[in-house]
Amino acid sequence: MPRLVSHPDEVKIVTRRFGMGAANIDRYIELGGYESAKKCLEKGPDWIIDEMKASNLRGRGGAGFPAGLKWSFVPKQSAKPKYVLVNGDESEPGTCKDHLIFLHDPHAVIEGTIIAGLAIGAKTGFIYLRGEYRYLLKIMEKAVADAYEKGFLGKNIFGTGTEFQIVTQTGAGAYEVGEESALMESLEGKRGVPRIKPPFPAVVGLYGGPTVINNAETIATVPHVISMGAAAYAAVGSARNGGTRLFSVSGHVERPGVYELPMGYNLKKIIYDVAGGVRGGRKLKAVVPGGSSTPVLLPEEIENLGMDFDQVGKAGSMLGSAGVVVIDDQTCMVEFALRTISFYQHESCGWCIPCREGTDWLKKSLTRFHAGFGEAKDIDNIQYLAENILGRTFCPLGDAAAMPTIAFVKKFRKEFEDHLNGKPCPFAKHVELAVV
Amino acid sequence: MSAETMTLFSPRLAARFDALVEKYPVRRSALIPMLLYAQDEVGYLSDAVIAEVAERIGITELDVRNVASYYSMLRFKPAGKFNIQVCTNISCMLRGAYEVYERFQQELGIGHKGVTPDGLFSLEEVECIGACCWGPAIQVNYDFVDEIKPELVPGIVDGYRGRAHEATEASDA
Repeated sequence: MPRLVSHPDEVKIVTRRFGMGAANIDRYIELGGYESAKKCLEKGPDWIIDEMKASNLRGRGGAGFPAGLKWSFVPKQSAKPKYVLVNGDESEPGTCKDHLIFLHDPHAVIEGTIIAGLAIGAKTGFIYLRGEYRYLLKIMEKAVADAYEKGFLGKNIFGTGTEFQIVTQTGAGAYEVGEESALMESLEGKRGVPRIKPPFPAVVGLYGGPTVINNAETIATVPHVISMGAAAYAAVGSARNGGTRLFSVSGHVERPGVYELPMGYNLKKIIYDVAGGVRGGRKLKAVVPGGSSTPVLLPEEIENLGMDFDQVGKAGSMLGSAGVVVIDDQTCMVEFALRTISFYQHESCGWCIPCREGTDWLKKSLTRFHAGFGEAKDIDNIQYLAENILGRTFCPLGDAAAMPTIAFVKKFRKEFEDHLNGKPCPFAKHVELAVV
Repeated sequence: MSAETMTLFSPRLAARFDALVEKYPVRRSALIPMLLYAQDEVGYLSDAVIAEVAERIGITELDVRNVASYYSMLRFKPAGKFNIQVCTNISCMLRGAYEVYERFQQELGIGHKGVTPDGLFSLEEVECIGACCWGPAIQVNYDFVDEIKPELVPGIVDGYRGRAHEATEASDA
C-alpha cells in the first residue's frame, strides 16, 4: 500500500479521512459521511450551484475551471438524459493523488457524484478509472455496492424519492482518455480520440446528453465544501483559488508523497520544508510544478511563488494537476526533455497531424541530440517544431507536449549546446532510451 | 444468441458479460471493459476472443480490432503469466527506474515486450502508472510494487517464480 506522509503545514480537508478505514461505509458514515448529500437533497440545485460558485473550487484535473460555473452551464431542461462523469483516468506523469482518494476515501467520490447529479438534474453518474487501477476499481465497486445496499443510490436515494445511479468503468491504458471528450468516446466503447468543441460537454456530452465532467479530486472535494460551507472553504485558499490542493511531490526530494496544502502555498517551502529538501543535500536544478505538461521552472523563479492557478500562470507555467517533480543538479535536462517528449509521442492518439507528427519529430530530434549526433540548428528546430504544435490541435495534448519542450530549450539552452559536436552527455548514464 | 451456449469464457465471466452489456444506455459501452476482462482470463485477445466479443456487442470484428488497437493494455499476443511493467517516466526515472529496468532485463534475459521461454514472465517498459511519489514503481499484472531498487529485483523475480503453479488471477472480483 502506498505510503502516507504528513506535515504540520498540511490542512487536511480532502485527505481528512485517509488512513482511517473510510472505505468501509459504516466508518465513513461515522466520520460524518453522506451528511452533505442529505443536506443537498433538502436545499436543492440552485443552492448547491451557488455554494459551489462561492467556494472558488477550481477543476483539479489541470485546467482550473471553476466547478460551480461549469455546473451552471448545464441546461435545466433537456430532451436527452444528463450525466455526471468522474474522471479518474489519472495519467499525468508526476500525479498520483486520485490513487490515494480511491484507496482511502471512495465514498467521498460517490457522495460528490451524487451532489453533482442533484445540482444538474442527472439521474446517472459514471466513475471512470484508468485500467491500471484495477485494485482501486475493486474498492470503488465495493463502495458503490455498499451505497446501493444502504439506499444511498438507486431509485429512491435516502428515502426522498429521488433517483441516482452510479456505474463504474475501467479504461485499458491511454493517457489521452483523460481529456474530457476522449473519455466520453472511450466510455461509449470507441477509440479515445477527442471531439471538436464546441459544443461543450455541458450541452452535448456523453451519449449526446448534457454532461458535467470533473476530476476525481474535484468531486471528492465537493462533500467537504458543503459540510464546511463555501465561505469557510474558500477562505482556506488564496484569491479566486478556493481550498486546498493535493500536491504529489516526487523526484529528487527527501520525503516524496502526496501533501494537502492550502492553495497559494509557497513552492520553495513545498520542496525544502514539506518534502524535506533536495535528496542527498544536492542543489535544486529545476522543478516541474504541475505534472509533466507544465513548463519547467528554475530555482530563481520559485522564490516567492504561491501555488495557485493564477500565480503559477503568471510565472509562465501552470499549476496543472499539482504534480511537483523536483530535479537535482546531477540531472541531464536533455535526457529529461527526451523522456518527457517520448511520453507524449507514445500517447498522441494520432487524430491531428501537428501532434502526431510533431511529437514524433521532437522525439527523433531529441534522441539524436542526446546521443551526441545533434547539430547546432537542431536546437532552434526543436523549438520551431514545438511552437508549431502549440495551439494547432483538437485537444490539449499537443500543447502538453509543446509547452514543456519550449521551456526546456529556452531555459537550458546551454545544456543542449554542451551535447553538440559528438561530446558525450555530461550527466547521463542512458544515452540510448528504449523505445516505448 | 449463440455466445451463451458456445462461449469460450468461464461461466462466471460469461455471466458477468451478459450483465455488463445491460449496464449502460448503449451495449457498446461494455466493449473496453469486456476486452480487458476477457484478456485477463484468456491471456490475450485471440481471434476467437475478438469474434465472441464482437458478437456479444453486436459490432464487426474489424470494429473491435480498431478499438482494441488503441489501448496500450490490450494485446494480441500472449504475455507471460507474470507481466512485469516497469514505469520509466520522469518521476520514476529520477529515482533510478532505468537501473531497475536494466536489472529486470538481465535477470529475465528478455527486453521490452519479451516473454521468457517458459512463459512465466514478460517484461514491458511502461508509461506513468500513477505511483510517482512511491517510485521507482512497477506493476506485476495488476499489483503495484513501490520503491524498488535494482538489488531488490532478483528477490521479486524469485517471489513470483515461487508462485508459478498458482492459478491465474481471477479476471475480476
